[in-house]
Amino acid sequence: MPNTFIDIQNISFSYDEDNSSDKIFDNFSLKIAKGDFIALIGHNGCGKSTLSKLLNGLYLPQTGNIFVDGMDTKDDNLKYEIRKKLGLVFQNPDNQIVASVVEEDVAFGPENLGLDPLEIRKRVDYALKTVDMYEHRLKAPYNLSGGQKQRVAIAGIIAMQPDCIVLDEPTSMLDPKGCNEVMNTIINLNKTFNITVILITHNMKEAALAKRVIVLDKGRIISDGKPREVFSNVDLLKKFSLSVPQATELAYLLKGYGFNLPDGILDEYECAVAVSQMLEDLKCR
Amino acid sequence: MTNITFGQYFPTNSIIHRLDPRTKILSAIGCIITIFLCKNAVNLALMSAFVLTSIKLSDISVKIYLKSLKMVLFVVIVTSVLNVFYGQGEPIFQLGFMCITLDGIKNSIYIAVRIFLLILVSSLLTFTTSPTDLTDGLGQLLKFLYKFKINVYDLAMMMSIALRFIPTLLEETTKITNAQKARGADLESGNLKQRIKALIPILVPLFVSAFRRAYDLAVAMECRCYIGGKTRTRMKILKFKPADMWTFVVLILLFSLVLTANLVGIFW
Repeated sequence: MPNTFIDIQNISFSYDEDNSSDKIFDNFSLKIAKGDFIALIGHNGCGKSTLSKLLNGLYLPQTGNIFVDGMDTKDDNLKYEIRKKLGLVFQNPDNQIVASVVEEDVAFGPENLGLDPLEIRKRVDYALKTVDMYEHRLKAPYNLSGGQKQRVAIAGIIAMQPDCIVLDEPTSMLDPKGCNEVMNTIINLNKTFNITVILITHNMKEAALAKRVIVLDKGRIISDGKPREVFSNVDLLKKFSLSVPQATELAYLLKGYGFNLPDGILDEYECAVAVSQMLEDLKCR
Repeated sequence: MTNITFGQYFPTNSIIHRLDPRTKILSAIGCIITIFLCKNAVNLALMSAFVLTSIKLSDISVKIYLKSLKMVLFVVIVTSVLNVFYGQGEPIFQLGFMCITLDGIKNSIYIAVRIFLLILVSSLLTFTTSPTDLTDGLGQLLKFLYKFKINVYDLAMMMSIALRFIPTLLEETTKITNAQKARGADLESGNLKQRIKALIPILVPLFVSAFRRAYDLAVAMECRCYIGGKTRTRMKILKFKPADMWTFVVLILLFSLVLTANLVGIFW
């Protein structure tokens, strides 16, 4: 793969080192390209969140290696560098905001990097504008909505100017409006700033917005490809009791009743077009 | 909760608010020392005038200050009444072993004024300084302790995180209380012992969630390259401005005035 950013090579990992039968990952490999937008889906306990923590060296694989931009996560001296390049955003925004003023929280990362105050100021303003939270910079985080808090958390990572952002179910605690805000921010980061995004999610509609979808089950990849490819195989996903985007589901069910619809429909618009096409065909017959 | 004004922050954009937090902390300490050094009415009047002027300058309603005084009213009354009986000199009024002297009355008034002034000065500090500024200023002032192997930076970080989590935990407490009430927990009736016991089902989940939050926060901080200590820089650097200098000048003047007045008082 050209310009690989993350290279996971035959890792195995288990929380209980003595009991190797309880492995989360066993001989798992994955390559992620620079500038890609990956959606990682799968059931609770399939290893999604563990994977995110393996990527920045919070956990270390028992065997095999993980390289982030060529740096081995097992190298203690590079830990700091890796975390600078690969930022992690967690599920609960409340538990990752450190300071009691928005802009000071965003400044936390750059402050840790030991940057010059003027440079920090510049990065903080830039990061807050990127997530569209600049006018709220002097507010207290507890006065913000969930979506706004999560955007502040993302800004805190952007201010460190990483090459890659890993988001671990960033929208699962948010209302629909907050979800939209956060998703727009994430897409913008990938499109405009070419930041590699790895989005761990349960929401299939969000996953459909990615460039590449990886489906995990018990530490194994069961499907990997463009959203259209992955979601056209509804039977496989159903077998692992995973859902698909609503539009895809509708098309799949209609097909089950014998209607002639194409595979791999991802959103409402495509679904509507396909259905009207089908009705047209029916009329002609 | 809303009745406790002491220790709260009231943001306005007054001169006092804009002073450097270090100036305010040092001035408050200086004021408190000076207040204790006041030995006669002239000095106390001088200090009262200074404190009242500062309060006027702080642009915060006097009512809020009065509220914080109300809290100590009881303590002030008790100490003053007790002090009335501890004076020396000519008794004005005698009843058995208790005697009231002019000295005693004077003393008790002084003590009351002193306590009021102390409360006003400390209220002035917390009312006009945001918690973040306060910890920042305190951290800066105690920086010298780093030489004695006390990690002031980590302590300042802990304090600011504690302040940051107060509203979060308050919200959580309300949630848990409501959840337990919904399950039929009775928190409002019964004697003291029963009421304390009724708090357990609130405190246990609160602690569990606080620990979970602490773990999450630690992981998130680590992900954001926090290693603590000296290598961190700050975005906002505290800077002394001319106004801070003038504050110190006024305070030093006041301090020397009080000292001379005390000395002169000896010869009176």
